[in-house]
Amino acid sequence: MGNNVLIFAEQIGGKFRSVAYEAVCQGKKMAQSLGGKAIAVTIGSGVEAIAKDLGQYGADKVVVVDNEKLKNFTVDAYGKALLEVVSKNDPAIVLLVASFQGKDLGGYVSAGLGAPLTADCTEWNWQDGGVQIKRPVYAGKAYVTVKFNTQPAVISLRPKVFPPDAPDASKTPEVEKFDLALTDDDFRSVVKEIVAKTTGKLDVTEADIIVSGGRGMKGPENFAILEELAALLGGAVGASRSAVDEGWRPHSDQIGQTGKVVSPKLYIACGISGAIQHLAGMRTSKCIVAINKDPEAPIFNIADYGIVGDLFKVVPALTAELKKVLG
Amino acid sequence: MNFDFTEEQKSMMELGRDFAEKEILPTQEQDEKQHLFRKEIFKKMAELGFFGCIIPEKYGGNETGHLCAALLTEEIGRVSASWTLPFNMQMWGPAFTILHYGTEEQKEKYIPKLVSGELIGAFAITEPNSGSDVAGMGTTATETDDGFILNGQKMWISNAHVADVALVYAYTDKSKKHKGISCFLVELKNTPGIKTAPIETKLGLFCAPTGEIAFEDAKIPKNALLGQKGEGFKICMWQLNNTRLGCAARGVGIARGCHEVAIKYALERTQFGQPIAEFQMIQDQLATMYVEYEAARLLVLKAAYEKDQGNLNNTLSVSTAKYYASEAAVNASGIAMKIFGSYGYSSEYPVERFFRDAKSLQVVEGTSNIQKIIISRAILGK
Amino acid sequence: MNIVVCVKRVPDTETKIKIGPEGTKIDPTGVEFIISPFDEFAVEEAIRIKEKLGKGEITILSLGPSDAQTIMRKAYAMGADKGIHLNDPSECPDALAEAHALATALKEIPFDLVLFGKQAIDYDNGAVGVQVAKLLNIPIVTRIIKLDIADGKAVVERESDVGKEILEVKLPAAFTAEKGLNEPRYPKLMDIMKAKKKPLEEKPAQLGAPKISIVKMDYPPARPPGKIVGEGEEAVPALVNLLKNEAKVI
Repeated sequence: MGNNVLIFAEQIGGKFRSVAYEAVCQGKKMAQSLGGKAIAVTIGSGVEAIAKDLGQYGADKVVVVDNEKLKNFTVDAYGKALLEVVSKNDPAIVLLVASFQGKDLGGYVSAGLGAPLTADCTEWNWQDGGVQIKRPVYAGKAYVTVKFNTQPAVISLRPKVFPPDAPDASKTPEVEKFDLALTDDDFRSVVKEIVAKTTGKLDVTEADIIVSGGRGMKGPENFAILEELAALLGGAVGASRSAVDEGWRPHSDQIGQTGKVVSPKLYIACGISGAIQHLAGMRTSKCIVAINKDPEAPIFNIADYGIVGDLFKVVPALTAELKKVLG
Repeated sequence: MNFDFTEEQKSMMELGRDFAEKEILPTQEQDEKQHLFRKEIFKKMAELGFFGCIIPEKYGGNETGHLCAALLTEEIGRVSASWTLPFNMQMWGPAFTILHYGTEEQKEKYIPKLVSGELIGAFAITEPNSGSDVAGMGTTATETDDGFILNGQKMWISNAHVADVALVYAYTDKSKKHKGISCFLVELKNTPGIKTAPIETKLGLFCAPTGEIAFEDAKIPKNALLGQKGEGFKICMWQLNNTRLGCAARGVGIARGCHEVAIKYALERTQFGQPIAEFQMIQDQLATMYVEYEAARLLVLKAAYEKDQGNLNNTLSVSTAKYYASEAAVNASGIAMKIFGSYGYSSEYPVERFFRDAKSLQVVEGTSNIQKIIISRAILGK
Repeated sequence: MNIVVCVKRVPDTETKIKIGPEGTKIDPTGVEFIISPFDEFAVEEAIRIKEKLGKGEITILSLGPSDAQTIMRKAYAMGADKGIHLNDPSECPDALAEAHALATALKEIPFDLVLFGKQAIDYDNGAVGVQVAKLLNIPIVTRIIKLDIADGKAVVERESDVGKEILEVKLPAAFTAEKGLNEPRYPKLMDIMKAKKKPLEEKPAQLGAPKISIVKMDYPPARPPGKIVGEGEEAVPALVNLLKNEAKVI
């Protein structure tokens, strides 16, 4: 068995997603512990040009699978590509981020290799000659530390928990083109249509700052004040399950156990009581601010900073103050 | 004696709990403010078979029994006491009474539609001047060649102004005293001479319609008579011995709702640097609530079980359960208000609603005094 | 149309979790177990497909300890026809091993469609569906919010990073259900009673040795206690100051 780490570096539309850099950085660190190389894999169409950028984040080698047929993600085709690259590189670890694509690929690769998968890793360390993973379970009510009994192992990281190190422009990796033979059989799920998202809307899983609203928002039109605050901070607007169930916000904005799990730098919860299901989706945020008129709301137990008050007054005041301070 | 719940019973409890939390709870705050009897909730309860537990499949029921009905009532009552009324108004009252005393024609005409919710039911005993003294009622049903003519007034009648069909108790022969009362199936909405009006000025049970009925020479057909002439008092007592079980289960639901929210609050609220759940007086209060809830529940389940075994005349068990559960509910809601402090007093928390709703149990379907008379008579062998 | 729905017994999110004495798993005493909510969407969808086509058989497949049978009965009460319980008292934490056991059982069941929830709310791996599909070599689309079956093909919708995707897949195929696919029905009382009579077969689970081990289970690290900065708008300047200079997040 080898001692390399194979890293899936996700791209969309010819650009690497931030999760790609997160994965490469961690992959490099794992490879260093193993005494091997960090090999990044990028799959898509028209992606050759960006491949070398991964060197700046620590990739020793980047394998590029570039094929027109791979323009849209489907698990069969991308999974096949990843498995073939794995078979040629004999890694000890296959590393992904539990992004939308990563969630499909992790399982696919794991089954294809007969390699165990641990997902949603929020912490790892080198212990007893191997990588040990720590990850939340039971909606974050507990954490398990997991070790692998066999190699290779497949690991997926929780997005945004491992911010990438500053890129080192002096590093250039070895870039290898990988030719993949693709047949129709590799496209059993045919993408018939894609209705593109409203441009400019930042997905909550991508955002460093999230302003989130719950039942206390009292109606969809009131989210405008959160959108204003989020825009000022360059963040995204999220919603609790209550707000989504009421039909005020789309499900894609929902943060929580049955929605999205996020880990931004700053999470501002407005009119959100702090039910366990919601906490499961945001408790690993670095800084949590809660604004709620109920001083007993459970959200204050997890918040780093809280303001007890009417969010309809506090949020605009916060926006105004930030405008002054940030200029 | 097996105190374990069967898998089916557990599934039903889960169903009741999920239903209450997903269908009743989300709109409860505004419904209570508007005193709204939300038809969709009623329809969904009927569709799921809630009003068919003690009704044979032949008439659209599911034969799951009194115990299951009591468990469902408790789960609903834990969230909303108002929404436990339909169990009595559809099933334990009209449908079950018609099942026991009705002709085949009456059973087929009314029971399936009460179970399905197509007809809203009610039962009318109480009058402005007769509550505990049932035989003191004044409504009369004068027999004619082709039917009966009703004259009188009923008051404090659940569903009075929304019901399609009601069990109406009235005197056919005053000279026979209580043996002169008869029971009638009266179609309130399409009988001329019947006027109904809501009573809005209640303390609680805001989502359960309550009203009064005035009968002014209201003509009803011969086949409106349920059972025999003069059998009405007996039917009334028989009916109350079933609807009281529903009331008792309602009390258990309220008691449970109260102690659950009180426990949660006591663990979250801190004073003097610690959760108030650490203070012995609070612990004493919580323990009292729990014990009384558990005791009330066991009394209800026992009475329900006896009925499932075929003993429908278990007045001692039913009155014991009704009396105790009513007191437990009132006590629990009072204690919960003390634990919640000012928040208990606020309409933004459920406690004050439990407090207002619970109080009704001490007076409806036989006051606590009446229950104690029934109990003492039974134990004294009278 | 033969549909198999894989369901998992998981603790209700509301339940408090206590770590058991071994320190590697939870103490099941007093824990309320339910069907994982995403699996419920899958069960509901299977029933809707059967109702729409007017024919078909729905088999519930569940891997877990003996009380998995209780949650399978809920699926029965909703409308499933029969079930297979793969008995695993060990509560294996290895998703791939679970997938192996499920795939092995699925090889013995004729199916047109296999449905899963997108993730089980205990371990939240979200991997078993894809792993099983890969092991069976059938196509899979995860996290669907719409499913239409016609002429041996499925047309599905899902929300991905790029937007709403519509995909077409030939059956047999597998799908994992995302919230929004449907609203699961309540079981009727009558159907809860009938559930008892539906066939439930028990088999030992073919898991193989787990390739991962839980070293330990811990409670979440306590966040350092936060502070209420103040009340109302007056507290805003102080908050902004803390965010800038103490937390350094803006």
